[in-house]
Parts: sequence; structure tokens; C-alpha cells
Amino acid sequence: MKIFVTALSVLMIIATPVATQASPDNDLKAFRSYYHKKFPEVPMNDFVNGVYAIDKASRGQWESFEEFPSYEIFVDKGEALFNKKFANGKSFADCFPNYKKGVRQNYPHFDKASGKVVTLEGDINKCLTDNGEEAYGWQKGKISYVSAYLAYLSRGNKLNIKVPNDPKAITAYNLGKKHFYAKRGQLNMSCADCHYHYAGSKIRADILSPALGHPTGFPVYRNKWAGDSKGSDGMGTLHRRYGGCNKQVRAKPFKPQSDEYRALEYFHTYMSNGLEVNGPSQRK
Amino acid sequence: MANSIKVRAKAESGVATIKCLISHPMETGLRKDKKTGDKIPAQFIQEVNCDHNGKSVLSAQWGPAVSKNPFLSFKFSGAKSGDTIKISWVDNKGDSDSTEAKIK
Repeated sequence: MKIFVTALSVLMIIATPVATQASPDNDLKAFRSYYHKKFPEVPMNDFVNGVYAIDKASRGQWESFEEFPSYEIFVDKGEALFNKKFANGKSFADCFPNYKKGVRQNYPHFDKASGKVVTLEGDINKCLTDNGEEAYGWQKGKISYVSAYLAYLSRGNKLNIKVPNDPKAITAYNLGKKHFYAKRGQLNMSCADCHYHYAGSKIRADILSPALGHPTGFPVYRNKWAGDSKGSDGMGTLHRRYGGCNKQVRAKPFKPQSDEYRALEYFHTYMSNGLEVNGPSQRK
Repeated sequence: MANSIKVRAKAESGVATIKCLISHPMETGLRKDKKTGDKIPAQFIQEVNCDHNGKSVLSAQWGPAVSKNPFLSFKFSGAKSGDTIKISWVDNKGDSDSTEAKIK
């Protein structure tokens, strides 16, 4: 009997850490402490500034950009779209009743009824289709303007992403986590290779940004996107950037708002919980 | 094109720093519409002016090489806080806009 009890307690000791280690909460703690050790001089909330939190040389240039940022035009455009009445007399305000206080900090969230992760862009387009309007494209243009306006109103709110104890939520979280750490593409690189293990190192002439704080600044105005030949105006959503990242390691990107990218956004944003929303922002 | 100019003007020890962001397509006239193959007609700002208390301090001639939604920043001396500046532009199609702002 005594042996049995001892064996049981040993089993329990082995079993408990394994079960808790995989929990999102513990992932978050490990993620944070890694960046804290890697960049001890960077205050936690400064990670929202991406690479400019860790690179003094480009920070000055970026700060002068942010003094009079190019995305202001698009925040105004987003506001106009947001307030425009739909054909049925409703507007976005009916779908986002708390928009003035800010809604960005609660996205993405897990929706119990559908068992899926819901993103801000998903809800913007859902609002349009529910009201008989045509949905926007997912990556740039109008969707990024409305998203930018909502992010702008949410500035300063702390990200509050919840992973409820629901098997489907955990599955989505784990899918995103797997995407983040899994190697992909011809270059055989994972998100984590660049933005976790090698954050702060150089990749050609650029410095790799830490993954912590990435999602707070989206949607973004990228100088690169502003100059592309396809007539893009510089604004883009998080999923547009994910696609670009995947292409850069020569992997076939997933579709924006696919299960894979929504799961990645879920994991990625959860890791930045407690950081302040500062979107939209300007990036290289 | 109303409200196309955003201005921020600051004065420090007699020198004003004016920053403006103009929202304008700045079409060069060389791009083609992807679907129809037709050329997109040129539309770009040709002239930008800035008046300080009614006196011209900047007059710029632009062409199609200037980017979409252009950002313009310049400094001039002899300004103090509270002064009025007026920024205006005219494009090749004759469209124009102007705005007034107070120097902070």
C-alpha cells in the first residue's frame, strides 16, 4: 500500500509539471523572461515599438516620422468609412458599440458559439456582410483604414487576450504556437528563428525585431508597401505582413484570415498581453 | 479636393518649422489600369505656395516624380507663435486646395 501511494505521488509530481508547462500562461511567462534577459535595458512596454525599442540608430528617424505620421490620412479615411451609413441605415457603430472606448485590445478572441478565433478584421467584414454590404478585401485598402481608426481609438488600452479552457480554443492556440516555432519554406526558417532566437541581430542591413509587441502596432503604414508598384498606399493588416514574412522564407503564404493565420495571430497577440495598443504605426 | 492638407507649424527662437502632409494621388500618367489596359491620366501637383501673414515665403514647382500623398517640411525665419500661414497647391488638372493654420 505504501509503495503504491509513493508511486502515485511520484506519478503526480511527474504529471503536474508537464500539464502546466504547456499552458498558455506558462508560455507567456517564459516568452517574457526570455526577452527581458535578452534586452534587459528595454522597459516592458517599450517593446510595442518593435525594432525601434532595441535599435537606437533608427529610432530617431522613426520618431520624427511619428511626429507627423503618414497614416493620419488613413485614420481619417477610416473614420469616414466607419461613420458612413449602410444601405439599411445602420453603420459600423452598431456592430462595435464600445468603439469609442477602444475595442482593439480584445482582438483576437475565441468565440464559443462557432468554436473559432475571431479577429478585428473578421468582425469588420462580418459587420458589412451581415448588413447586406459587400465585404472589403482582407489585406489592404479600406479594411486597413477602418482597422486603423479602431486601433487609433484603442491606443493606450492594454491587450487582454483570453485563452479559455475550451478544447477548441487550446487547439487554435497550439496551432498558432506550432506555426510560430515550426520551420518552413525553402530557407527552412521559422518565425521564432528570426524574431525570437535572433531578435536584435542583423539580417543583411536590417535588424530583426522581437516578436514581443509585434501585434500592438497593427495595422501599419510601411514605407516598403507605400512604394510598391501595385498601387498600394502603404497600409496593410497583420495578415498581409504574415504573408510577406512567409514569402521571405520562400514558403507559400496561407490565405489572409485562414485558420492558420488567425491561430497565429491568437498566439502571437496572447504573448503580448498587457502591452499597450499603439496602432496604427509606421514601420520600414 | 477639400481638407487635403494637414499642417503642423511650430516656431522656436524666430524660426518656424512647417510640416504638411497633402493627400493627393500624384499620378504620373505612365501607369496603366490593370483591368482595361488604358493609361491612367496624369494628375500631379504643379505648384505649392506658403504665405506667412500674407507674404509669400515658399513657392515650389513640383512634377510627377514627387510621391503620392507628399510630405513637405521646411523652415523660415522671422516668424513667431500666433502668426498665420496659408498653404495652397494647384495640380495639372486645375484642382486646388488651401488651408490656413496658426503657428504654435
